[in-house]
Amino acid sequence: MGNVIEAFGLVKHYGDVVALDGLDLAVPEGSVFGLLGPNGAGKTTAVSVLATLLIPDSGSARVAGADVLEEPARVRERIGLSGQYAALDEHLTGFENLDMIGRLYRLGRSRSRARARELLEVFDLTEAGNRPVKTYSGGMRRRLDLAGALVASPPVLFLDEPTTGLDPRSRLDLWGVIRELVARGSTLLLTTQYLEEADHLADRIMVIDQGRDIAQGTPDELKTLVGGERIEVTVVSDSDLPRAQEVMQRFAVGELAYENRNRRITAPISGGAAVLTKALRALDAEGVDLHDVGLRRPTLNDVFLTLTGHAAEPNGNRGSSEDLSSVRGKAGS
Amino acid sequence: MMAVVHMFADAAVIAKRNMIKIKRVPEVLVFVLLSPIMFVLLFAYVFGGSINIPGGSYREFLIAGIFAQTVVFGSTFTGVGIADDIQKGIIDRFRSLPMSQAAVLIGRTASDVVYNVLTLLIMGLTGLVVGWRIHSSLWEGLVGFGLLLAFSYAFSWTMALVGLLVPSVEVINNASFMVIFPVTFIANTFVPTENLPTVLRTFAEWNPISALTQAVRELFGNIPPGTPDPTAWPLQNPVIYTLIWAALIIAVFAPLASIRYQKAVKQG
Repeated sequence: MGNVIEAFGLVKHYGDVVALDGLDLAVPEGSVFGLLGPNGAGKTTAVSVLATLLIPDSGSARVAGADVLEEPARVRERIGLSGQYAALDEHLTGFENLDMIGRLYRLGRSRSRARARELLEVFDLTEAGNRPVKTYSGGMRRRLDLAGALVASPPVLFLDEPTTGLDPRSRLDLWGVIRELVARGSTLLLTTQYLEEADHLADRIMVIDQGRDIAQGTPDELKTLVGGERIEVTVVSDSDLPRAQEVMQRFAVGELAYENRNRRITAPISGGAAVLTKALRALDAEGVDLHDVGLRRPTLNDVFLTLTGHAAEPNGNRGSSEDLSSVRGKAGS
Repeated sequence: MMAVVHMFADAAVIAKRNMIKIKRVPEVLVFVLLSPIMFVLLFAYVFGGSINIPGGSYREFLIAGIFAQTVVFGSTFTGVGIADDIQKGIIDRFRSLPMSQAAVLIGRTASDVVYNVLTLLIMGLTGLVVGWRIHSSLWEGLVGFGLLLAFSYAFSWTMALVGLLVPSVEVINNASFMVIFPVTFIANTFVPTENLPTVLRTFAEWNPISALTQAVRELFGNIPPGTPDPTAWPLQNPVIYTLIWAALIIAVFAPLASIRYQKAVKQG
């Protein structure tokens, strides 16, 4: 299977700011490629170049068999783009937006209308389809925007931070939709700030920072690199520590870490919530009183700390799934 | 050949989209229609009484000038619309589609003609109420309106370029004011050019907006009898001079705007 998306040495400067610094990437046909990085890492710039919106200072790229710089029109016939800003016309209804896009893909009047209705159905927007987009919630807009990218059933899809700024429920919904798309064989390049999202959706992840590839691999490889998920327990009294250690050792897949001052034990595990439940039962059976307990999944921040030694967010915000609100908002990368 | 057909088909889709917007945001339309009424009334009653035109009515003299100024100002809409589309990110979507790359600008300038048609209709009616009449023929009157629309269409291409260059919608009104105000005032729109100082007079005589105003005045039959014939060539041949300018503006600004459009990306 060949690569459907390929980029070689992409460089793009905005004044003194380096957005892309010699980026190479290759995405095999039918796979999902996650481009993971914090704000300003160059994710959107990379997508803009691949989607023919932006001309790089140097480098080249091929998408769906056509050269991005030499034959942009041919590339555009084969891609669908959904950006982080939901590029829709606020004053048009959902149906009118999709119909317009269909007409501009030159599907013709009747096919374009039929396709618009079909997509509204798929994205659970049939009822809202006759209302102006202005009245839509954030999640509905993202779904409609994604639908817009699918109007012509393009073989290659670019989704730029499809869930940034969405509430957890809408994010899960959208993940479901994206997974269905992928199951139908589209090649997808997805950008995200969330390791969790890339983990759920991507076959292969590239971590980028300041326009450079700093790590690449399968989600499992990356998680192994940063230690995977772990359980943190804090016991009430010092006397419980030895028993708690003994129990945690049974579930750990690696060495335990101790913070004696806080009476906290951290155990790397694999198996998520199910293992957590078992561990809690075992601790309870041993009569260990817990002050606090939590399942920690590695975040983009952990990846960055491991790979670069610095935090992902310039202001030190943690990108964990618990406090997504802190990384919401304008994510211009 | 096929490319041209596609370009117009795509432009029609874009124009239709812009028209839906007019329907959905009636506030804009109300503003578009109220301001020309205000202009006609202000000029007719505030200035109309204090400026004398030998042998004629200043009000009738004014109308063509107000029409010309208002339709030129109307071109600002084109710039605002385009800057807004960039800001909202929808231009990114259009640019990722296999559509004609010129169609977004052609569709936009075309749909903005509708605004100008409505504006002229309302201004004409207001003019009739305050005593303005077409003294020539219906045919000549229509040619006069056609010339106003043709020139304003051309001028909207300059604003299309401005809309692509400015960083945000807010900048457009100020930027266009800076250009349109002097261009429409240093002209024969509101005062006869004979009274202007030499430098301004030369500028006014060669200003296409003077020619547009002069042409419309002649076509409407609003030149007071006994007015001395203009001495400058543009004002002696105002229709041709206006059309030359319209063609020139499109020839220069349509390609410039199209080239700029290829680079238009939402500033993240």
